[in-house]
Amino acid sequence: MISMTELSKKHVSPESAARLKKRKSAQKRLQMLGIMAITISGLALVTLLWSVFGKATGAITESYIEMTIELDADEIDRDNIRAANFSGMAKSMLKDSFPYVSGRTPRRQMYDLISVGAAFELRDMVMENPSLVGQTITFEFLASDIADLYLKHSYGQIEAAPHTGDISLVTEGKVTTIQSSAPDFAPLLVSVRAGLHAKAEGLRTQAQMQENGRVVFDQRAADGEDVEVNLAEAIRRGAARDQFYAQADELDALAAQQGAVFDLDSRTASVFVRVGDSWIKLETISETSGSGEILGEFTQDSYAAADWELMVYATPETARKVSDIQAMLLENLRDADKIVTHFNTHFFTAGDSREPELAGVWGAAVGSFWTMMVTVIFAFFIGVPAAIYLEEFAGDSRATRFVEVNINNLAAVPSIVFGLLGLSVFIGFFGMHRSSPIVGGIVLGIMTLPVIIIAARAAIKAVPPSIRDGAMALGASDLQVSMHHVLPLSMPGILTGTILGMARALGETAPLIMIGMVAFIVDIPDGPTDNATVLPVQIFRWADFPERAFEARTAAAIVVLLLFLFVMNFAAIILRKRFERRW
Amino acid sequence: MTNVKISNRHVDVYYGDNHAIKDVSIDILDKTVTAFIGPSGCGKSTFLRCLNRMNDTISSCRITGDILMDGEDIYAKSVDPVQLRARVGMVFQKPNPFPKSIYDNVAYGPKIHGLVDNKTDLDEVVELSLKRAAIWKEVKDRLNESGTSLSGGQQQRLCIARAIATAPEVLLMDEPASALDPIATAQIEELIDELRHQYSVVIVTHSMQQAARVSQKTAFFHMGDMVEYGDTTEIFTNPVDQRTQDYITGRFG
Repeated sequence: MISMTELSKKHVSPESAARLKKRKSAQKRLQMLGIMAITISGLALVTLLWSVFGKATGAITESYIEMTIELDADEIDRDNIRAANFSGMAKSMLKDSFPYVSGRTPRRQMYDLISVGAAFELRDMVMENPSLVGQTITFEFLASDIADLYLKHSYGQIEAAPHTGDISLVTEGKVTTIQSSAPDFAPLLVSVRAGLHAKAEGLRTQAQMQENGRVVFDQRAADGEDVEVNLAEAIRRGAARDQFYAQADELDALAAQQGAVFDLDSRTASVFVRVGDSWIKLETISETSGSGEILGEFTQDSYAAADWELMVYATPETARKVSDIQAMLLENLRDADKIVTHFNTHFFTAGDSREPELAGVWGAAVGSFWTMMVTVIFAFFIGVPAAIYLEEFAGDSRATRFVEVNINNLAAVPSIVFGLLGLSVFIGFFGMHRSSPIVGGIVLGIMTLPVIIIAARAAIKAVPPSIRDGAMALGASDLQVSMHHVLPLSMPGILTGTILGMARALGETAPLIMIGMVAFIVDIPDGPTDNATVLPVQIFRWADFPERAFEARTAAAIVVLLLFLFVMNFAAIILRKRFERRW
Repeated sequence: MTNVKISNRHVDVYYGDNHAIKDVSIDILDKTVTAFIGPSGCGKSTFLRCLNRMNDTISSCRITGDILMDGEDIYAKSVDPVQLRARVGMVFQKPNPFPKSIYDNVAYGPKIHGLVDNKTDLDEVVELSLKRAAIWKEVKDRLNESGTSLSGGQQQRLCIARAIATAPEVLLMDEPASALDPIATAQIEELIDELRHQYSVVIVTHSMQQAARVSQKTAFFHMGDMVEYGDTTEIFTNPVDQRTQDYITGRFG
């Protein structure tokens, strides 16, 4: 027999106090876990935004090279300006500006400083203002992606190194030898020597691999397996091993040698001697001397320490896209204040391009806009009536339950399957235009449909039955109850569901790839039936491009996508607030 | 005295297998307040909801027998429940104003039924209804405020005004004062007494005092049976059935 008064006493017993403490600490633990979870996700978000926005800053500005160009009336036909060879004119302008750049490769590298789009921009300007023909004008040529990245220090840059000696120059044929009165090049030898040692280490590793092979073949021969073949192979491996070891020792000896002259190549840092606009790129260096070809003009035979500069490009030429010639020319241009930086209008106004400096996100943004328009019209105006019908009118029959289950299943179907559906039904069967926002929008609409239906049904279910009863008791028909009362009251929930569905659709890539929206489309789409691509697909494509400059543009496109989402969410919040106030 | 407004003969209501109302026959008189009393779950609300066919929305509900309003079968094929409900208004236990303005709440019925042609008439109907529901003075300066911003008692009177605005002939009230405080209850009761002059009012209530105060006729329901029906004074002072007596003297309920 239980006595309730005895049970009451338990509330003030020590066990009860212990239990209370346990309960409190359990609650504390849960709170701690919650705070930890929020902190971790917050940090993840901050890291993501930090890295995306950090990378995107590189795409905010673009560089222009300001040059004077003569619009020769002989070259340009005033009646047919379009046919003139502006690209050729730009090239000869560069050739005239830097006459000391000679040879095919250096010239080509020089031409690559200016974007291929710059000549078209010049042409457009002249076509707009034909009176310019015959004049000499100053024009800002859009820099190529390589030049732009160099100017933004993305490839590292040429920096002045300390020096103390006076130099004297001796030119023999093409090669000029520099002799310094101080061991100015000694610090550079450290890295050259380290490079040689590293190379020797690599050779030794290879030698070790040959040795391993030799042991294996030796063992096989000893086991009596194809004795002759294996023995010959073992001997061959042994020889190779000795050769690698010898080469390694040679390199080590070279590195250890005092006063030796070392070759600089494209795998070591580049070293320059600079006087004003003129450069010598050193091919060999020792502690006090160097030699190389002159770029520009050296008027004196010797220079005091204060008159020359020792320049070092620490990044080896093979590890960067910008060549030594290009870097030197850009340094000259920068020192002459010929480099101008502007807000990156190309990125926000242009369509796609293979040239990073000409590529823009506007085409994809407009494509996304049209696609989302089609999606929202399709999904909302089918999804909401479907939800109303299922909630308010459909009875609880086997057929409706079947439909309900399948709508829920549809929400879990991988998005690429919808792409297949679009490909086979809309493009294959109905013969609709591929790569168009109308097909993409319908496919995304079908994908979003179940999300909207489920959200709308939940919102409709949440409308209190008393409102329905009240309206019905006044003699409102079923349709009037739905349209006048249930739908407006559930609209905030429906809109939230729609926005969530749209957000998913906006970031969707896979189904659009299936229906050809991954195509390379330069033009800005004028409507939902034009060829178009969308932001996430554009990001996907750019992320895949090898050009380094696309890295910043990819990040910037992600920022634009985020802004798109932000604007959509903001619009949804405003809509919701409006409905809430009215009702 | 007064003539019969709704005549019920042998009404049975089933919820699936559950026999909720068993062979009820009752005449509801015009310009009279009829109270339905009885313990919880006795079927009085179910029966009330038969009178404006609100039970139609429950798919498992089945009704047999005859319910005639002014001699016309309200369950006949030719009768549209939407039309019927315009003629038989209803007020619920919990005040359920629409989350719209006070004006729109009252104007909703006349609008959907096309009772008035222009805004002036509509304004008049709204004012009349609110006056008749004895709430005009309190809300006349705030007709554009949300109906849900009113107090519980005001909301219920607004719901009554809303029901009146459709110009019904019968007003059904399902425990209209059970969620209200005594002052609001007194106001509602007073109002019901007023409405008697124009409408046939049927009120379901748990409070015997309320039934005694406001009604002229009382029906006692028990376990789906209508046990006793008669003049309110008669039922409360001299009940015939033992169950009625037990209930009104508070032995169960």
